Amino acid sequence: MPAAKKLGQQTVFFQNPPAIIASGAVVGSKEAEGPLGKTFDRVIDDPYHGEKSWERAERRLLEDAVQIALQKANLSPQQVDFFLAGDLENQTEASALAARDLGMPYLGLYGACSTFYEGITVGAVLIDGGFAERVVVAVSSHCCTAEKQFRFPTEQGVQRPLTQSWTVTGAGAVVLAAGGSGPVVTHATIGKAIDLGQGDPSNFGAAMAPAATDTIVRHLLDTGRGPKEYDLVVTGDLGIIGRDLAEELLKDHGFDLADRFTDCGILIYDPQKQDTHAGGSGCACSAVVTAGYILQQIQAGKLQRVLGVGTGALLNADSPKQGETIPGIGHAAVIERR
Amino acid sequence: MSFVVGGLICVIGQLLMDLTSYKVTPAHILVGFVTAGAILSAFGLYQPLVELAGAGALVPLSGFGHTLTQGAIRGVERDGLLGVFAGPLEAAAAGITAAVVFGYFFAILFRPKG
Repeated sequence: MPAAKKLGQQTVFFQNPPAIIASGAVVGSKEAEGPLGKTFDRVIDDPYHGEKSWERAERRLLEDAVQIALQKANLSPQQVDFFLAGDLENQTEASALAARDLGMPYLGLYGACSTFYEGITVGAVLIDGGFAERVVVAVSSHCCTAEKQFRFPTEQGVQRPLTQSWTVTGAGAVVLAAGGSGPVVTHATIGKAIDLGQGDPSNFGAAMAPAATDTIVRHLLDTGRGPKEYDLVVTGDLGIIGRDLAEELLKDHGFDLADRFTDCGILIYDPQKQDTHAGGSGCACSAVVTAGYILQQIQAGKLQRVLGVGTGALLNADSPKQGETIPGIGHAAVIERR
Repeated sequence: MSFVVGGLICVIGQLLMDLTSYKVTPAHILVGFVTAGAILSAFGLYQPLVELAGAGALVPLSGFGHTLTQGAIRGVERDGLLGVFAGPLEAAAAGITAAVVFGYFFAILFRPKG
């Protein structure tokens, strides 16, 4: 017998859809100079955020985003049941340190850059399952910690190929609640780790496009919906190259999303003026665009129903050097105006 | 001449980065240039380039390979087989130490901006 709240192969639906009652988006100066600059809650111009290292700065960004979201919801950390967080540092240390300071019961998540949508999914499951009233989901990334982690230390000054994306410096947080006003999360589709053999760590877009496509197609088949039932399908950080690949792959599956399909990594920067090459990436990419621009558009009534697909490249610092290719992942959640 | 030769060596490196698969990393190119310089030097082909271009041939990584090979040759002439091991580092000692010392001081004095 299929599970009561499962649709098709990979999708779950929420009987009492949890509401996103508040959000917080904190970014660095490069993100603030981009097209979405005005949609963020706070801009931190100093890449160190007054700390000794970029890692400490990232932890503070994460804490800032959570605190902004809690303030907007008029909640204290004690009123939150669970804190779900993740980032791109070794052993998701930024989240662990933020969890230490914030004092909420903490589940660490890792889905690379898809972590924000993974968190929304897990948070909504906890709430609709009756295990929590309020859950905070937050993620962070920092350009300089991520470069060190996945490519080369910033100080080394290695040339960036045109396929490479620019990691978003920032953090996004949302407060999910069983009641209250705000856009609701109605469905989530959990993606498969898909690897078509792309191994270039400076081209994540191509590595993630097949996984994002698979999740979108699966979501539409599981729910029986057509692309027209969504005002926007927005992926996390495929960037310019990955989005075009995903569009082609979707057409191969018979789905033409046309201008309803965009990507947070494309929205956040202006590639002509900002020299960001393939677009934005990182956990914070989908998080700050969703917690800022997308939720604002939904609240303003300009978007009714959005399919957000967090995308992640599941490599570590050693796997490409050991000749491993890069599995991609996509987790989708439906966010709807209520 | 120094500028032209040094520039051409760098052009080769840039083409290798741009025209090859991602599997050829900057580390491969670094090691490749040092090794190529060392081999050319062993066949006596690098010294003429140094005479022609001076720093243009010595500053790029291939020049470091040349220094290692010449050090090994001198070491053998002086100390026999042991010189193969001692000679190259002896010849390159000034460059290596300078890199460590300057690296150390710059790391203390400056902070990367991001």
